[in-house]
Amino acid sequence: MTLAAHSHAAKPLRKRIADASEPYLYSAPALILIIGVMLVPLVLGISYAFRDIQLLNPFSGGFIGLDHFRALGQDQAFFRALRNTLWWTGASVFLQFIFGLILALLLDKPFAGRGLVQALVFLPWAVPSFLAGLNWAWLFNPVIGPLPHWLHALGLLDAPNNILSDPQLAMWGPIAANVWWGIPFFAITLLAALQAIPRDLYEAASIDGAGPVQRFLSITLPFLAPTIAITILLRTVWISNFADLIVVMTNGGPADRTQIVASYIFTQAFKRLDFGYASAIALVLLVLLLVYSLLIVLLRQTMLNKG
Amino acid sequence: MKSKPVLTILHRLAILAYVVFALFPLFWLLKVSVTPNDLLYSEGVRMWPSRTSFDHYAFVIAHSAFPTFFKNSLIVAGSTAVTVTILASLAGYALSRFNFKAKYWIVALMLITQMFPLVMLVAPIFKMLSPLGLTNSLTGLVIVYTAFNVPFATFLMQSFFDGIPKDLEEAAMIDGATQFVAFRQIILPLTLPGIAATLGFVFTAAWSELLFALMLISGNDSSTFPVGLLTFVSKFSVDFGQMMAAGVLALIPACLFFLLIQRYLVQGLTAGAVKG
Repeated sequence: MTLAAHSHAAKPLRKRIADASEPYLYSAPALILIIGVMLVPLVLGISYAFRDIQLLNPFSGGFIGLDHFRALGQDQAFFRALRNTLWWTGASVFLQFIFGLILALLLDKPFAGRGLVQALVFLPWAVPSFLAGLNWAWLFNPVIGPLPHWLHALGLLDAPNNILSDPQLAMWGPIAANVWWGIPFFAITLLAALQAIPRDLYEAASIDGAGPVQRFLSITLPFLAPTIAITILLRTVWISNFADLIVVMTNGGPADRTQIVASYIFTQAFKRLDFGYASAIALVLLVLLLVYSLLIVLLRQTMLNKG
Repeated sequence: MKSKPVLTILHRLAILAYVVFALFPLFWLLKVSVTPNDLLYSEGVRMWPSRTSFDHYAFVIAHSAFPTFFKNSLIVAGSTAVTVTILASLAGYALSRFNFKAKYWIVALMLITQMFPLVMLVAPIFKMLSPLGLTNSLTGLVIVYTAFNVPFATFLMQSFFDGIPKDLEEAAMIDGATQFVAFRQIILPLTLPGIAATLGFVFTAAWSELLFALMLISGNDSSTFPVGLLTFVSKFSVDFGQMMAAGVLALIPACLFFLLIQRYLVQGLTAGAVKG
């Protein structure tokens, strides 16, 4: 009798524990993997920044304090990479956004065959980044690609040379590839935002006699503004870290003219196998990105308070 | 709204310009891949060679290591896509249906992983995987790619689960099913489009990944396609026809997945925008 009563009382408890642990059981496998393969390496990487870690040197591994950062302060290649990162990110984001916005506006109008056109113009987004890089490197190659000859014919180049080996122009190569590759992302996001604008607003505005430019400035743009802001901010961070195209197309050359911070980190780790120095640069990059994000959050806060 | 014919023509021309710009590089890839070697330099800038041949494809498929790279990439991208989708369905379901203490922290953790530059992890991950024998191994790549893709896929799956009414499981649970059975037998079949989209996204991401594959893989036997193609380019950079034939082959799976998921892209984002 007592036994039965006891087991009767224990059952809800066991069930309660089971219920409480259920969401954790669902999310545990994903969490364990994220912690093990992303969070632990992140912390490890931060510790490497203060240690002498070279893969091929068995005697390395000691704690060296701020030595890497002192070396970094003297490293002209690093400062050049910082300037290149600004140039690469600014030009890529600006051009992707402008062309993406125009494309989204064009696709927002219904026309015959829109589905097919949409699939075709968004196709570059599906091309693997390494292949996009190779493809554009080949297009810029005068032996095999048409672009140098066309640019020469237009008078933009003195001779049909490869701009990827011209220190003054090389950065335009990866930027062109990046713009081609990234327009669909902006266009998809902005098109989704455009289609969420209530259509009757436009009708009401045109009944009131507003022209297309006025409609764009007073309806479309204000509605798109939040999406534009968020997309540009996230994309800026993403593109400043995006080294694939540069590694594939120029490997940072000629004479480090296309080296950005992310590709510089990769080169230090992959070519020179200097994990300590690579991690120190990575830590600086992380701090810069954190500062950027904080500035954005503060800016948003002030703008919200004003509004 | 009536539009003037001039504007309509301008609109179509602009659309055409975008289509040409988007497709031209891929067209050129295809063109060089079917140009016979003797015409490659003499007909450099012609839009289409006077003679075409599939010799480059035949060579790449029969005499190069590319079929191995292709197989390796299929294994890695396929296993990653399946593993991520399973883990992300479970975690996304937990975030969508349960209210629990750690939920806020789990979301925060997953957001953080989307913020920091992954290139930071190249060195430490190599150091961690090396003693475990997971460098130069496809398993190692699958583990790394799975972890990288789980956070985004979880948010994606969560948004799909959010779109399914809760009453469905509740009805099943009143009939005596446990929540897990209700999840597996009622909710998962309803999310099939979402599962397909997640599989497509993750497959494409894993198929394209370059930097970690370069760092972690060194032998030909376990090279994925990006690593193999880049090694080929740096060793035999004059065999343009063969490289581009290999490039076209690498493009096929990514484009297939894209065509499968592209109609969900704008739709899904539009639905999200309306809801939010």
